[in-house]
Amino acid sequence: MTATLPALGYADLGWLMDLQLGDDKHAASATSTLDVIWVLYDRILRIDPRRIDDPDRDRFLLSKGHGPMAYYAVLAAKGFIDIAALRTFGLYESPLGHHPDRNLVPGIEISSGSLGHGLGIAVGMALGLRARHSPARVFCLVGDAELEEGSNHEAIAFAGRAGLDRLACVVVDNRSSSLGWPGGIASRFAIESWSTATVDGRDHDGLEAALATRHEDRPHAVIAVVEPKA
Amino acid sequence: MTSVTNGPMRERFYATAADLVDTDPRVAVVIAEIGGAALFAAKRRHPDRVINVGIREQLMLGVAGGLALAGLRPIVHSYAPFVVERPFEMLKLDIGHQDAGAILASVGASYDSAASGRTHEAPEDVALVASLPGWSVYVPGHPDEAEQLLRASATTDERAYLRLAEQANAVPRSVERGHMIIERRGRVATVITVGPLLDPVLEATADLDVTVLYATTARPFDRDALRAARSPRVVLVEPYLAGTSSSEIAEALVDTPHRLLALGVPNVEHRRYGTWRDHNAVHGLDAAGIRARILPFLDAA
Repeated sequence: MTATLPALGYADLGWLMDLQLGDDKHAASATSTLDVIWVLYDRILRIDPRRIDDPDRDRFLLSKGHGPMAYYAVLAAKGFIDIAALRTFGLYESPLGHHPDRNLVPGIEISSGSLGHGLGIAVGMALGLRARHSPARVFCLVGDAELEEGSNHEAIAFAGRAGLDRLACVVVDNRSSSLGWPGGIASRFAIESWSTATVDGRDHDGLEAALATRHEDRPHAVIAVVEPKA
Repeated sequence: MTSVTNGPMRERFYATAADLVDTDPRVAVVIAEIGGAALFAAKRRHPDRVINVGIREQLMLGVAGGLALAGLRPIVHSYAPFVVERPFEMLKLDIGHQDAGAILASVGASYDSAASGRTHEAPEDVALVASLPGWSVYVPGHPDEAEQLLRASATTDERAYLRLAEQANAVPRSVERGHMIIERRGRVATVITVGPLLDPVLEATADLDVTVLYATTARPFDRDALRAARSPRVVLVEPYLAGTSSSEIAEALVDTPHRLLALGVPNVEHRRYGTWRDHNAVHGLDAAGIRARILPFLDAA
């Protein structure tokens, strides 16, 4: 955590990602999760890098731990991690691995990498916050291919039945699921009583409106559609 | 809900877990379509903290991890195969890798539901949990001990596996997390036994000049107690996979020449039904079977 928050914006995320990779192969437009994570941290989440242990903070869970460069770039831009640490990406002594570890980086809510774990943890987190009467929300980002893991569907079914209003799942859809989702991804959530919104995953205003939506009696799914994975 | 006969240790667990939910606002119980009357009554009083996720064992562990990260103390409960084996990666990642705490309380032990066959047997559960870093493993031998261990663990944030069984010893001991109890002192060998196999071991060794150590904490293994016994002959009698704690004994006695006889459930597809008593007898884990294998070990040079 930095003492003084950096004054960095969306336009800085490109070079912050380049710091991690040492080149410019991964421009912002090539990173499927970048805009969703930016909008969450810039406009939605009630969190402060100076109070990362606030029990009533909103939680962001990157379930799809693969390719966390965009995540680290946003965390650096928002003052959760030192920009200098980005240069150590993947090194033995670095806190920033190719999959995030919450125990190495204060502010990262879950350690992830193996697919299909984040949403179940998010359900438990939302249940715990509800039991504690906390107003905090839980946002969990998964990928469209990650949804192939059956554990997600245990979580989707239960969260709907439990009416977990403080839970939101963002599915970044870059059509990387080999077998696809006949009927659409949103329908998998809707049939389990989630509210759903399908939006352009690069449209910040559209993402903000979709992510800010909260119903009193059900969890919310946002399908953020981006360009197909090359 | 799963329809089986609940033994006294299991009923004590339900009553104790319900009391913990009533008295400690941190405690939450997560189940997957299993439970007893006391727990269901607690669910009616505390619907936010007694959570039945349905037959979704991966979710059961994920929910536990999330509850812990939100500041609660989750107690997860199901049959051993469904709380350890099916969601094993969730133990590793959703609990351990997050550095979250939880108590996993299983029933069924190695073959309490032997009539249900292999699908409901889990003699390998302790070895699996012990293969992950930072887990305590408790194997009570009496309902009173199960309650003592559960209540003690509930006050911490540790990762714990509490293994409940139908088989129980006649008289409870006053147990303490992490420590073996010296049941008897002798000169020829040290016999270490775990949980519900204490009574059969005491019967099997009644006339033998052996030290008997009683463990209800399988991990961390009480190496100090074994070293203090100072015996070059060690017999390990475990109610789960044979040899589960052999490496612990090797570590404890790394600088001491010793011989080890490790008794437990053999690593085979047994393909027989019946009761836990039938299986204990076949595997040599009743008093007669234990004695029959200890005697030649002690006689050997």
